[in-house]
Amino acid sequence: MPLYRALLYLYPASFRAEYGEEMCAIFARERRPAGFFGVVRWIRTFFEIGFNAAAAHADILRQDLRYILRTLRQSPGFTFTAIIVAALGIGATTAAYTMVDYVLIRPFPFADQDRLVKLLEDHASLGAHWDLSPANYRDWKGASTSFQTMGAYRSILVNVVAGDTPERIDGASLTSEILPMLGVQPILGRMFSVEDDLGGAPETLILSYSLWRELFAGDASVLGRKVLIDGVPHTIIGVMPQGFYFPNREARMWTAMRFAPPDFLDRTNCYITALGRLKRDTRFEQAVAEMQTVTGRLAQLYPKELAHTGATITRLREDVSPQSRMMLNALLGAAACVLLIACANLANLLLARSAARRKELAVRAAMGAGRERLVRQMLTESILLAAAGGILGVFLAIAALPALVRLVPVSLPLAEIPSVNWNILLFAVVLTIATGIGFGVVPAVRTGGASAEALRDNARSGGGRRERVRSTLVVVEVAASMVLLVSSALLIRALWRIQATDPGFRPDHTITLRTSLPMPKYDRTADRVRFYRHVLDGARKLPGVTNAAYTSFLPMVMRGGLWPIKIPEHPEDPANQEYASLRYITPGYFAAMGIPLRSGRDVAESDTRDGPFIAVISESFARHYWPGQDPIGRHFNVAFFDRVVVGIAGDVRVRGLERTSEPQVYVSYQQVPDGWMPWYPPKDLVVRAAGDAAALVPALRRIIGETDPEEPVSDVQTLDDIVAAETGTRTVQLIVLGSFAGIALLLAAIGVHGLLSFAVSARMQEIGVRIALGATRGSVLGMILGQATALAAAGIVIGAVLAFAAGRTLEALLAGVKPGDLSALLSASVTVLIMAAIGSLLPALRATRVEPIDAIRTQ
Amino acid sequence: MASDSPSPESLLPLPPATFHILMSLAEEDRHGYAIIQDVAVRTGGELKLSAGTLYRSIQRMLEQGLITEPRERPAPAEDDERRRYYRITPFGEAVARAEARRLTQLVRLARASGFVTGRA
Repeated sequence: MPLYRALLYLYPASFRAEYGEEMCAIFARERRPAGFFGVVRWIRTFFEIGFNAAAAHADILRQDLRYILRTLRQSPGFTFTAIIVAALGIGATTAAYTMVDYVLIRPFPFADQDRLVKLLEDHASLGAHWDLSPANYRDWKGASTSFQTMGAYRSILVNVVAGDTPERIDGASLTSEILPMLGVQPILGRMFSVEDDLGGAPETLILSYSLWRELFAGDASVLGRKVLIDGVPHTIIGVMPQGFYFPNREARMWTAMRFAPPDFLDRTNCYITALGRLKRDTRFEQAVAEMQTVTGRLAQLYPKELAHTGATITRLREDVSPQSRMMLNALLGAAACVLLIACANLANLLLARSAARRKELAVRAAMGAGRERLVRQMLTESILLAAAGGILGVFLAIAALPALVRLVPVSLPLAEIPSVNWNILLFAVVLTIATGIGFGVVPAVRTGGASAEALRDNARSGGGRRERVRSTLVVVEVAASMVLLVSSALLIRALWRIQATDPGFRPDHTITLRTSLPMPKYDRTADRVRFYRHVLDGARKLPGVTNAAYTSFLPMVMRGGLWPIKIPEHPEDPANQEYASLRYITPGYFAAMGIPLRSGRDVAESDTRDGPFIAVISESFARHYWPGQDPIGRHFNVAFFDRVVVGIAGDVRVRGLERTSEPQVYVSYQQVPDGWMPWYPPKDLVVRAAGDAAALVPALRRIIGETDPEEPVSDVQTLDDIVAAETGTRTVQLIVLGSFAGIALLLAAIGVHGLLSFAVSARMQEIGVRIALGATRGSVLGMILGQATALAAAGIVIGAVLAFAAGRTLEALLAGVKPGDLSALLSASVTVLIMAAIGSLLPALRATRVEPIDAIRTQ
Repeated sequence: MASDSPSPESLLPLPPATFHILMSLAEEDRHGYAIIQDVAVRTGGELKLSAGTLYRSIQRMLEQGLITEPRERPAPAEDDERRRYYRITPFGEAVARAEARRLTQLVRLARASGFVTGRA
């Protein structure tokens, strides 16, 4: 019997109260078979009660829904507002969660992706992780036992000639282990085989789906065709499926990586990354420990090169920069704030509405609708509103995703725009229900409980307690929007600070483009010199051009290119090797870039291989190595040659606006032996013009085409673009956070407005009496505005404290702006006050228009 | 929350349990257990309503206005304080009649199709 009684709890409480006793009585009187049939009877009873209880719930739900839909139709304004508010909250949170899930959580689309790890060299002394040298890769692979397979890859950027126009395309060079390890099959052809890795084998190429569509219009007979890559014919052997990315989003084609015996000679020549798949029974930590042993042994064997070289192992999935991670989490936090505000707002809307419907609810309670039924109905209503808002919100979120693509790091093997999967939808459903309960429970419980007294006290709405609850909710809204506003203000200040950073060159009135001269075609320095001279002479003759020059890599476009510096005055310390960023330039580079030449001279056409090898150094280089002395005429060694300093240029932020850069060294584009330094020949052209530099692009293309018809032009952009790209991600982050703050502010304003409108209606008589007793309209206005200010002030104080805590967690993104930044706090506070004033304007004006006679008459 | 006096036909076809309960109450007011017993006897033991099915039907029938709970109780000798009695309403009778008509009609059609053999 107790079991039966317990089963009755499956029914709605109202049903149980009504019929529970009778059902128990009947059950008690039924024949009770023993043994097997007794068990059968219980099973039958169980199902029967389960079915009927569900049906009883469905009956009530149907009734409630019918009733709710009718009442909602009667107040379309309320319904519309509630759905929009819920949609904003749920949409923002769903969008933020989708990004977090996509970038940080969702498994990569590779086989056994949780066992894939990336291996890099760890140079503890430099605090940096570096690529691997082929020799170290070979030895790591040979000596370790934690991995099922290990392969290597590196990103490449090549000139591809498939049709008439040459193109510059990102790709990767892979050993044959990589693609099978990722477990993705080509849709056409085959993967690389071990034979493809051997020197002397025909060069092979695998296309990405997008490149296949672009270059060959998806032609299935593409296999076996030849494509020129940096002038070398490659045979197409396969096409990867749509949505396959590796090692990053940019790579659109893959070639086989080959090692020749000389590649294994220099252990400091680091340019590949290793990818390994852990054995099924090997834990990540075991692999880390094993690699420590392996690198320790190698350090003993090669103390000169590897004394300070360890191994860094990262799970492929976790290879996301801390900044991206933090920003996404901040985004989720911001979305949670918006959702909290939305919930508080909805709760207030419902409270106001239930206050207006008090009489009706009281009548229904009096007619026998139990408190539980009323609470249940109100929760059904709030969940229904949340569901409508949730559906709308998910659509909003999906629509907003393309705007968030900058938050998906290019370095990940992921498509630009996240796909919405079942996980996300499930999240949205759970979120919606939680939202519905979240904002419905307070009004439901309060109304359900209070309704009985409502009839008695003449249905005077707005008891003191109720208003306190509503005020508290508004304060919560204000505080949460304050957090978002302060965080946005801090990020704006950080952005301004970064934008105000001097890049070291003048980015206005310039255009840049890239012509990467392929090797071995341009192995001979003289051939390259001829190319540059022809292009530069043509460019300088164009109308409006004030200067033009070539450099190995533009600053901020290529942040590396570092070489160890050897200076007679400075004894070498292998543990503390010092580096400078090296660039080959043509004469006029400093003028074209707008980099000030502090003393000495620029690189000249007369600086050929026959003359002494010269260098122009940056101010920080001079300060570091020859403090307080004149560096002109001094000697140092970089990139295999002794160089004499002939000039000093201003420092440039090579590594970007937010990072400190190594000192810079510029050398003459002619002073390099044939075939040496194949990565460093100048490839970036910069042209400065008096007028609109971008208008020069067609003419520049024509000149380059005349110089070498096979040479592709890529990366056409202004220096302004390059500097703006530095803060591009930040700007997007800020726009997202800022729009969240904007939504929050709007919702909070709605909250303030709703609360005060309600308070004014409730106090109509009191205000009427006050005015009748001589209160001026001004003092009434002051009273209402004072209430708004009090709400805002409470919210600002609480919000400021929370915002400080939020700012602390964001500190790494703030570029030195302090989390307690006064101007950020002040501007956010003022914004909140203005919001509160706007929100209270209408109710305040209404209060001043109260006619004493009318107000008292409504009594 | 009862429906605003719909036509008897709008409730058709009736769930079997509902029709049986109406038939059982046509004779006299009964309490729940009596209805179960009466339905069982009527159907020769073929239909044994469970308490769950019975009371869910009763709740719905009360809402639909097919039955009521009368204020007056039966003679004290037969009354059981704990029990609740149910009575068919005129609307309930109309609905039951409509359902019977519908079923008769159906049987007539079935016979015309040759599905029914023997005497009606």
